[in-house]
Amino acid sequence: MSSATLQDPPARTRPRDRPPVRRRGSLNHQTAAAWILTLPFVVLFLAFTAGPVLGSLGMSFTDMKQRDLRTPLAVNGVGLDNYVKALSDETFRKAAFNTAYFVVIGVPLTLTAALAAAVLLDRGVKKFASLFKVAYYLPVITSIVAIAVIWRFVLAPDSGLLNTVLSWVGIDGPNWLASKTWAMPSLIVMAIWRNFGAPMIIFLAGLQAIPQSVEEAGQLDGASAWQRFRYLILPLLRPTILFTSVTTGIGYLQFFEEPLVMTQGGPLNSTLSVSMYTYQQFGFGNYGLATSMSYLLFVVIAVITFLQFRLLREK
Amino acid sequence: MRRTWWIYLIAILGLVAVAAPFVWMFLGSFKTQGELLQVPPTWLPEAPTTQNYDDLFSKANFPRYFLNSAVVALAVTAGNVIFCSMVGYALAKLRFRGRTGLFILVMGTLMVPGVVTFVPLFVLVTNAGLANSYPGLILPFLVSPFGVFLMRQFFSGLPDDLMDAGRVDGTSELGIFARIMLPLTKPALATLAILTFLGSWNNFLWPLVIAQTEDKYTLPVALALYSTGQNAQNFGLLMAGAVVVVVPVLVIFLVFQRHVTRGIAMTGFK
Repeated sequence: MSSATLQDPPARTRPRDRPPVRRRGSLNHQTAAAWILTLPFVVLFLAFTAGPVLGSLGMSFTDMKQRDLRTPLAVNGVGLDNYVKALSDETFRKAAFNTAYFVVIGVPLTLTAALAAAVLLDRGVKKFASLFKVAYYLPVITSIVAIAVIWRFVLAPDSGLLNTVLSWVGIDGPNWLASKTWAMPSLIVMAIWRNFGAPMIIFLAGLQAIPQSVEEAGQLDGASAWQRFRYLILPLLRPTILFTSVTTGIGYLQFFEEPLVMTQGGPLNSTLSVSMYTYQQFGFGNYGLATSMSYLLFVVIAVITFLQFRLLREK
Repeated sequence: MRRTWWIYLIAILGLVAVAAPFVWMFLGSFKTQGELLQVPPTWLPEAPTTQNYDDLFSKANFPRYFLNSAVVALAVTAGNVIFCSMVGYALAKLRFRGRTGLFILVMGTLMVPGVVTFVPLFVLVTNAGLANSYPGLILPFLVSPFGVFLMRQFFSGLPDDLMDAGRVDGTSELGIFARIMLPLTKPALATLAILTFLGSWNNFLWPLVIAQTEDKYTLPVALALYSTGQNAQNFGLLMAGAVVVVVPVLVIFLVFQRHVTRGIAMTGFK
């Protein structure tokens, strides 16, 4: 359902050659009205969104630093130097690796949790289903900064909630966020906890769009519940899985607030992400370098989104 | 019926896992620093105190941050409701040159990460003399590609006949939008308003960059700076701060959750 909405319904419901039922001159009136209606948006959009997207690209080919803040046009072009510098920077590569780690592990686990929750609420839970749905969705709309603060206490070494629960079953939990090994998995678990509610809602919509008769047919053929899910339901969810993996992937590739608030990128840069490193370079005043890093991230996001469409597209 | 009980068990375990950190935060905000450091930790506060909230509102200037967050979120919400519905209507229902181009441009920027635009945006806003000001916090978010997309989707679902009827009656094109079509989009406007408000309330990167003095901090910026600055060890204060950030959002969400989940189902975006 949700992915279908990305298409262009008006183009289909109103073909170009439809005979005009309007008064004469109506198209001119429409054009005038359209200009009035879109003008404020276009001005704001060009100034604060489209302009900066291009400005960022331009800036990434210059040596712009903080001292050029007041004279942004009086900077020198340096060609691809910033990109070369970024790609040959050990810390940037580390940040790229960390971001990949977070995405490659985090996205499939988040979608699995979301799909499991959606199936549970759609097929299993009959009473209070909307209560569970709302509760599972709560972390999604909560400030990531507040969540990061809460989770720092959940993950605290001795007085933390998680290690206390683990101690009940005899496990001596580590100091999660101070461990080079455990800091990133901790952030991934937190991200799953925070984000699974969003794709869950989309999966629920996708599941509800599948007619009951599909499952009934499987039941008649003697397929087990798992077989019905694996071979009947899952293939029908393909567009929904594509859509959620794209949106979740785009979000996770930009992962920023969690390390900023919880670990400051540490220990030893083990949770430093590309977005966070870009922000740090901005803080150091290296504007040209920071924008080149952000564009590398943008290109990766665009390429991965494109690949996801290719891979998961219906055959 | 045989398998019902374990399904509910899983659902309830999920509920506990989701809710526990929130409950922990809420209860923790009423504990003393000593109790928060206690091993093993306590669940219910042993000696409940409102000291953390007193500190938050007297020493830490949280009323100011709260006000800033509210002013910015309300202004951003108003802008999005007005401008995005105007553009959404034009894109869905009016025929004009550049319509397809505008739509593609808007959709193309949905994918652009926030880190891509914030450096040039910072340069722009600083040179416009708007750094560390309310307009600097608000203007870049007054319109959003998401809002345009949502409103366009909703307007597309309304029948053209209503517009034609208006035209026959001699209503102007703008009148048709404002008096006939717009009132029919109240559910979509509610969804847009709530999602925009929540997004703005939780927005972090831009206010972090542009709010340079303490009197312009929004709540998430203040909370993040407190949690990494000299108050990093003042656990009770941070818990209380998190409560102040989270509670308004929880209340709005619980009251209007229907609009929120419908918006996601309608567009696929949160």
